[in-house]
Amino acid sequence: MLEYALRGDRRYWSWICALLGIMVVAFLFYLRQASYGLGITGLGRDVPWGLYIAQFTFLVGVAASSVMVVLPYYLHDFREFGKLTILGELLVIPSIIMCMVFVIVDMGQPSRILNVLLYPTPHSMMFWDMVVLGVYLLLNIIISRVVLDAERKSIPPPGWIRPIIILSIPWAFSIHTVTAFLYSGLAARPFWLTAILAPRFLASAFAAGPALLILFCVILRKVSRFDAGHAPLQKLAVIVTYAMTVNVFLMLVEIFTAMYSDIPEHVRHFQLMYFGLEGNASLVPWMWVAAVLAVLALVLLINPRTRRNEPVLILACSATFISLWIDKGLAMVITGFIPSPLAAVPKYRPTVPETLISLGIYASGLLIVTVLYKIALSVRERLAV
Amino acid sequence: MSIDRRTFFRIAGLATLGLAIKPGFEVFGQGEDVVDSTAAMGRPLSAKRWAMAIDVRCCLDQKDCRKCILACHQVHNVPDFGNPKDEIKWLWKEPFDRAFPEQEFQHLPEDFERQVVPVFCNHCDSPPCVRVCPVQATFQRDDGIVITDQHRCIGCRYCMAACPYGSRSFNWRDPRPFIKNIDPKYPTRTRGVVEKCTFCVERLTQGLMPACVEACAAHALTFGDLEDAGSEIRGLLRRRLAIRRKPGLGTNPEVYYII
Amino acid sequence: MYDAGKVIIGLAIFLVLITFPVWYTAAIGNASYVPDPQIVTTARTCVAPTVYMRASHMELLNQWRNEVVRRGSRRYTAFDGTVHEINLVNTCMRCHSNKAEFCDRCHNYAAVGQPDCWNCHVAPEGDGR
Repeated sequence: MLEYALRGDRRYWSWICALLGIMVVAFLFYLRQASYGLGITGLGRDVPWGLYIAQFTFLVGVAASSVMVVLPYYLHDFREFGKLTILGELLVIPSIIMCMVFVIVDMGQPSRILNVLLYPTPHSMMFWDMVVLGVYLLLNIIISRVVLDAERKSIPPPGWIRPIIILSIPWAFSIHTVTAFLYSGLAARPFWLTAILAPRFLASAFAAGPALLILFCVILRKVSRFDAGHAPLQKLAVIVTYAMTVNVFLMLVEIFTAMYSDIPEHVRHFQLMYFGLEGNASLVPWMWVAAVLAVLALVLLINPRTRRNEPVLILACSATFISLWIDKGLAMVITGFIPSPLAAVPKYRPTVPETLISLGIYASGLLIVTVLYKIALSVRERLAV
Repeated sequence: MSIDRRTFFRIAGLATLGLAIKPGFEVFGQGEDVVDSTAAMGRPLSAKRWAMAIDVRCCLDQKDCRKCILACHQVHNVPDFGNPKDEIKWLWKEPFDRAFPEQEFQHLPEDFERQVVPVFCNHCDSPPCVRVCPVQATFQRDDGIVITDQHRCIGCRYCMAACPYGSRSFNWRDPRPFIKNIDPKYPTRTRGVVEKCTFCVERLTQGLMPACVEACAAHALTFGDLEDAGSEIRGLLRRRLAIRRKPGLGTNPEVYYII
Repeated sequence: MYDAGKVIIGLAIFLVLITFPVWYTAAIGNASYVPDPQIVTTARTCVAPTVYMRASHMELLNQWRNEVVRRGSRRYTAFDGTVHEINLVNTCMRCHSNKAEFCDRCHNYAAVGQPDCWNCHVAPEGDGR
């Protein structure tokens, strides 16, 4: 089926070439990073994790979000998602691949990555993270391959795929929970040491992922003959609404606990994010923009009249996605480290190589998404003819 | 024989995967060969539970003294990058209220306000860094010392995130050009691995005290076996009150600050 | 066979190209080159028989590394009963003290890559970095 991805019009190929160009530039910068060391990034002794690991965390959420289309369709026979499930399942593949590349790019000794499997360590959450992400990737590759193949041949998929699909549903929850456990078990970082981190991760994932899927469907309607239909997108929008509401609620609940208890270890992190702390105010504009976008998104999503209006829905989904990216893909990881365990307030700013490498990895993810969606939609188009 | 292209590729792919079976067994089925080492040469120092006590007042009396830091960093080839971002430090001095931020000191005596205390890895009894390391590159020995195996470290820096004391440093760049005098008896590290105070395990096997303990001009550092009721450190802790850093986090640090 | 002539000529060219390393080294006379590592020392034996060391020194080094770093023990009892201290610089390099004349002779010839031991462990008599 890969040959479907090799046939496209000029617009398709210019998009592919643009992505490849970004990837080449990013790769060259990565070679520089590999020879100089991770010091080429803005990371330092006080802020050892930054842009790369934050993107990894955000993308695990996007990967987990496919469960929001798979669960209604396979568990509750919600037929309206029939056309969308394959898109959700395929989205997992580039998301997890991007997660893995971000981790490899962030490692000091990437050639030793197999050590994680050679010396399994059950008491380390990072070991489990690698295991569950790897298995989830495998599950979704198998699922999407078998289901798409069956669709291509116009036959129902084989019976044995159903238990695998059902397994992928709790597995999706588990990948993001394990990723949250990476952070929420650390006594050293009071900002992350909260039971609510795992539920918050899931809520923001289930808002950001389906919002992205809606945006992809709108784009696909413009560049191909695929039309997801008004009703499925509306149902997805309802899911985004509920998930975003829960996420904002959980965020406010966190702010209450920190600010009302007035414990300095907790208060200082929120001070850093929203008001600046001891001269470090670089996150403040980002956080307020995220807050405004979140409120805007909620207002537009909760009100049925604005939600049903597609251009407004596009705006709401974009606002949701950007707001959640700022929250998880920018603020969360960095704020955990500032102030430091010795009450210092370090600064962190991603450098140009760091940013370009990250963009390159995102470009590679978009490339894989493009290829996979091209294949899936080509299969459908041939059947329709 | 007629076979379509797809089936051919499928069989070829599986056959190629089969080439991985033997090497896979060799790698994953490997046990660790133990070299039987019996007789002891020399008299290495051993203990059931190594710990360090720092007499803060003795240290405070020495203004601007850095003998312990210089000794440690010289003996262990610790580089000096000259900027706080890439900095590697095994042992350094912090203002008293920064070493104990959980105390939220408001009114300190004058001499405590102005002076600094040495801080380094606490070699905790319940080390969070060991708990999180995905490859067990950071592990705890039977005598309580927490060691980083730089041969196995993958440079993920999870241990740095997990340490509540900020004791760990990462090699963001190649350290060799930044080491003033390389001591050939001890390795340097390479870029991409984490390092920290080791309680001088290589000196303990030669029967020597840690470098900082020997270098301290005021004899403020006492290193010994906590499980040995007759040791100097136990005697010290019996006579004087000592505090530890962030004890409420459950790490059970084994560096005692006698105030 | 279709296009038999073209296929056979193609195969012949392929065989010539694929065996290039063999006939080229034979032609320029390097085939008889044998690497010649130099040891300048008074000791008579290594910590293990030379035959074993030549074939498996890397395995011994890995064992030593695990023994020292992970088990905290620096004593190694050799095949002839002598006890050695496990120490790259003080034991191994005391006899094989010149990396360029000993280690590099074989490692460069066989191009098994510079073992990255020397990224961290300090090679005596300069490590050419």
